[in-house]
Amino acid sequence: MMEYLGYIAIGAGATVGLTAAAFVIGIALAVPVEWVRRTAPPFVRGLVNAAIDVIRAVPNLVWLFLVFFGMPQFGIVLGPWPTAIIVLGMYSTACIAEILRGGIAAIGQGQWEAANALGLRQFDRARFVVAPQVLRVTIPVLATFAISLLKESALASTIGVLEITYRAGYATQRTGDGLTMFLVAGVIYLLLSLPLAFASRRVDGRLRARFSLG
Amino acid sequence: MDTILETLAALFPGLGTAAVLAGITLALAYPLGAVFALCIDAPIRFVRLAAVAVVEVGRGLPLLVLLYLIYRGLPQADIVLDPLPSAVIAFTWSIGSYATEMIRSSIQAVPDGQTDAARALNLPDRVAFFSVILPQALRIAIPPLMNLAIKTFQLTSLGYAITLSEVMQAAHRHGSVHFKFLESFVVAAVIYAAVIIPCSVLARRLERRLSLHLRPVQGVNATTQ
Repeated sequence: MMEYLGYIAIGAGATVGLTAAAFVIGIALAVPVEWVRRTAPPFVRGLVNAAIDVIRAVPNLVWLFLVFFGMPQFGIVLGPWPTAIIVLGMYSTACIAEILRGGIAAIGQGQWEAANALGLRQFDRARFVVAPQVLRVTIPVLATFAISLLKESALASTIGVLEITYRAGYATQRTGDGLTMFLVAGVIYLLLSLPLAFASRRVDGRLRARFSLG
Repeated sequence: MDTILETLAALFPGLGTAAVLAGITLALAYPLGAVFALCIDAPIRFVRLAAVAVVEVGRGLPLLVLLYLIYRGLPQADIVLDPLPSAVIAFTWSIGSYATEMIRSSIQAVPDGQTDAARALNLPDRVAFFSVILPQALRIAIPPLMNLAIKTFQLTSLGYAITLSEVMQAAHRHGSVHFKFLESFVVAAVIYAAVIIPCSVLARRLERRLSLHLRPVQGVNATTQ
């Protein structure tokens, strides 16, 4: 019995790793995606918007199965890990792009006008005026998203990534005690999301002090 | 073409199950959410703590884990439930917890001036809450609750994990019988997108209409709020 508790707990590494990978991909890709959405001609913009809508509309479980069971018909065989990272990375790119859009929309019209009046070049305006303010308003939203991504990563258990939920399922098969095993899994998820919530509140407070918009 | 139609026919019944699950869940979760929103700020300590615990667990655990906990865990306590009732319980718990937080923050979003005004008019607290604050709060809560409803439908795909015969389960079965996973899951994706994208567009439009009065006036450096 006890050995299975450790067996489940080790899965926290895979859960956190998968979540972190997807989140980093999301941040890295969402910034250029949002840049394209703001500067590209309307046609391209429409295409990007449509892609984001489709990624978010189709459930992640469907995407996972589509890539994991469907792609081999094209001769593309991906293991559980690459599949999970691609699907969750794509999902977090779409979600973070939307978060950034909201953050940019929250910047007052006067900020753009002031930046232009100062003759800032486009890049400097983005770097010194837009980015700090977007960061300020999006950090708490990004933290909330990271926590939801942590829970979303449980879906990877359905294609055999050995993370918390998968291990709890396996331990249930071996011992028959699903109640204990999934309670343990649940507690681990709670413990994992607590520090994230705490850290976000601290960072939020610090940024609030530094970029106080009074 | 024939295989696509065949697949569509095989998956379509799953849409009914998904709709039933989402419908029952929302019918239970939203009223419960309102009750829990009140309980979290209740004057009695025990009620408050119990409500916080239920909501935090509901929001903190992945829905998949809640599903497994009820479908594969409860039999350990001699409670054996079919897939649909199990899914309804897990979904109501999770979605209800999100609804609780949305309704609660909507109540807090009603400007303080409304409470002051109600007090100035000497309205009893109960009347002030139920006829002044709550109607405004519910109006604020409508857009997020609509999005949560759409999310709920999307999440019915998790029913697959506990052998509930919804769209995903049907797609997986059809895919493994005919060995056509790609076609099955593409059709499943199209079914979800066909329901969710129009709903999202409608929700966005309604949200814009509901918040028209909050928009700053064009050309004026409006400092509302």
